[in-house]
Amino acid sequence: MNIVACVKQVPDTEAQIKVKPDGSGIEEGGIKWVMNPYDEFGVEEALRLKEKNGGEVTIVSVGPARAMETIRTALAMGADKGIHICDPAFDGADAYGTAEALAAAIKGIPHDVIFCGQRAIDDDSAQVGAVLAELLGIPQVTVVTKLEFTAGAVKAIRPIEGAQLLIESPLPCLITAQKGLNEPRYASLPGIMKAKKKPVDVKDAAALGVKPAVRAKVVRFVPPPARAAGKIICADNTPEGKAAELAKRLREEAKVI
Amino acid sequence: MAKGVWIVAEQRDGAFRKISFELASTARRLADQLGEEVCAVLCGAGIEGIAGQLGKYGVDRVFVADNPALEPYTTDAHAAAVAKVVKENDPAILLLGASTQGKDLSGRLVGKLATGLATDCTDVKIVDGKLLAIRPMYAGKCFGEIAIASFPQMASLRPNVFAAIENPKAGTVVKFDPALDPGQLKTKVVEVQKDTSGKVDLTEANVIVSGGRGMKGPEGYAILEELAVVLHATVGASRAAVDAGWRPQSDQVGQTGKVVSPNLYIACGVSGAIQHLAGMSSSKFIVAINKDPEAPIFTKADYGVVDDLFKVIPEFTKECKKLLA
Repeated sequence: MNIVACVKQVPDTEAQIKVKPDGSGIEEGGIKWVMNPYDEFGVEEALRLKEKNGGEVTIVSVGPARAMETIRTALAMGADKGIHICDPAFDGADAYGTAEALAAAIKGIPHDVIFCGQRAIDDDSAQVGAVLAELLGIPQVTVVTKLEFTAGAVKAIRPIEGAQLLIESPLPCLITAQKGLNEPRYASLPGIMKAKKKPVDVKDAAALGVKPAVRAKVVRFVPPPARAAGKIICADNTPEGKAAELAKRLREEAKVI
Repeated sequence: MAKGVWIVAEQRDGAFRKISFELASTARRLADQLGEEVCAVLCGAGIEGIAGQLGKYGVDRVFVADNPALEPYTTDAHAAAVAKVVKENDPAILLLGASTQGKDLSGRLVGKLATGLATDCTDVKIVDGKLLAIRPMYAGKCFGEIAIASFPQMASLRPNVFAAIENPKAGTVVKFDPALDPGQLKTKVVEVQKDTSGKVDLTEANVIVSGGRGMKGPEGYAILEELAVVLHATVGASRAAVDAGWRPQSDQVGQTGKVVSPNLYIACGVSGAIQHLAGMSSSKFIVAINKDPEAPIFTKADYGVVDDLFKVIPEFTKECKKLLA
């Protein structure tokens, strides 16, 4: 099986995000960069599929030079090779631009299954997988927590509000991974050593024949609205008194119960 | 020239999802500013009869595709139908819900329409005749103001954030043929496993009672379940509680879980790790109950109670029961 997993390098979930004073972006100093957690589930699923059915896992990423670390992490987990789409022209790219670059890279390689994370935890756009599937002309099943592959097809569990759907799709197909799909492995030391020698093809926009155009542009980044300091409810300092006052205030003052 | 504010209405089993009315009301507001009309796209089978309900929330015309292949929802069929009617009518703005279905569909439409989309917006407005969408990024650690250079300018709206306001308009039904090509309908829904617990999904809940590491174990959640019954709330959990196996993955609130915006969020024994705060800080009213006065959750809370939650919550449940009786 030929499996592709798309990954993005993002700030760690514990990172504090500070907006630049001019609102043009976020301060990148001091940020710890990691593989997008949802992409990790995709990489893990790709590796499990390869271990079961044989084949090859190719990692594809759009990102600046530092994104190479994330590709190497996936290779250290056990993927076979990588494609790094690296070009300043993709800075600030939107979902369509990113998917166009990924599609151009993936079109040239055989692909039975493509994995993406259900969203990246930086821009939270949750679009790239679906746009990529459309550009490649293949079906998508998004936000998947369980997969079962049979000859030429896949069955996927997709939770929605108040229900779970069991969806069947023929291959090739694009899957976006949700937490719960699996427990991603850590890269082993021998894996890390091996990863250094695995091939990673670095491509720019010209090599892929794409001209990035930003359709959805972040014109300004702003800090989140500040919340006014709250009240600590002390009452008579007993748990019962605090509970009673909290209930009363929620009913009469805040009017939320 | 692109004109009109369009929405993709969402229905399940022949009933509108609340987000549809939130979309209609928001579209009305934008359209009034532009002096343009509001149109909705409604896809499904046997749904023509409900289309008019959208008129009550400000929709002028409802484009209806009534076709067995459009029920239940699949990406292939709905994306094809919506893309067709949108291309034929060239709206300036296209709004969808940032629900599970809306997110799945909107991404595919971006591909089909080669346009830009602002996902999961918490505000949208018209500035100089164009859409400006405001949305949380980094799970709410910062916000972005998004402008879209192509048409339709797409935005998906976070459920529960925009008001549904009655504002009756014609809601005239316009039927259209989705012209579906069976060869292009590749995925199918084999089974719908409904959650029979009657639990409202966290993303749609008005009240959330959430427990963290301070619940001490899965059995600790019993007091939260009791409170949730009284407040008609949904129980949520922090990542620590989910990773410890105390609660299912679907209960997780935070940057790698669900992003929620209830009217009332009650955080119990949740310290308030930054990734958790990111997922719940768009809640309208926040209460924190935690014995550690230094817990970061108190910086986000409108009301805080510093005490042993195992003593406070059962009493609080009793008091709420009394008040709501």
